[in-house]
Amino acid sequence: MVGGLFIIITSQNYLKKVVGLAIFQTAVFVFFVSLAKVLDGTAPILTKMENAYSNPLPHVLILTAIVVGVATSALGLALVLQIYRNYETIEEKEIQSLELKSDK
Amino acid sequence: MNFLLINFFLISLLLVTTFFIFKTTSLISVVALTGAFTLLCSAIYVNLDAVDVAFTEAAVGSGISTILMVMAAAKLPEGKKNKLINLFPSIILAVSISLILIIIIANLPLLGDPNAPIHLHVVPEYLKESKDFFHIPNVVTNILASYRGFDTLGETIVIFTAGLGVIALLTSNTLNRKTNFKKNNKKNER
Repeated sequence: MVGGLFIIITSQNYLKKVVGLAIFQTAVFVFFVSLAKVLDGTAPILTKMENAYSNPLPHVLILTAIVVGVATSALGLALVLQIYRNYETIEEKEIQSLELKSDK
Repeated sequence: MNFLLINFFLISLLLVTTFFIFKTTSLISVVALTGAFTLLCSAIYVNLDAVDVAFTEAAVGSGISTILMVMAAAKLPEGKKNKLINLFPSIILAVSISLILIIIIANLPLLGDPNAPIHLHVVPEYLKESKDFFHIPNVVTNILASYRGFDTLGETIVIFTAGLGVIALLTSNTLNRKTNFKKNNKKNER
């Protein structure tokens, strides 16, 4: 999780920043699902035998969150493409220097 | 014991993948590594008994999002090997955040403890009743579509909005701005 945050801050390439965001999200999902685990439990699909089941509530939350996360990264990618069309680069430093030039 | 060993193995693989995503500059390999990352995550979900989540992660997380990223990376130029920015402050931030997280996680109930507070409220009723109510053995489906159907409705609204945003961004005509920008740059160069 911290690795994803680290990538977001340190890399200059905008596509890599989007990837860092996706990694950050996925790490949080793994943490949530790990809270739902019950030792010696099975997946929450009811059978005739009496079993211990894992907690289905975090699973539902994460199912929703995964799909929303993909929507987020799709929007981020569209933004990156648009930035590339306008500036012909997706490196942060180059865009900054271009902006400074056009301001003068 | 086996369960923990598999988990440790998969999580160390995740760390290795993150490190290589951090190091690689070629965009297409970054995208491929991200696909591998999410696939490893779905393996972890299977290990944690979250079968439905593993399905979704494998199909949506590592399927559709990898396809989208490949499509974007095909249109973008190769990544350049640039110097990392903000290296020192981000190291401090990362270390402090991980310390805080470790302290918090040490206070959580143990992994797999059946008496943790999360397992005692609402969920037992869901597990007991849902089969009589809906006649579907899969409790995750019951909660997703019936008990918490409005959440799922909200999710579809979010996806719809994101799709509208993507379409609006990709079809918007920014040709004028682009030419203006180039003209300005040329003026400055003269």
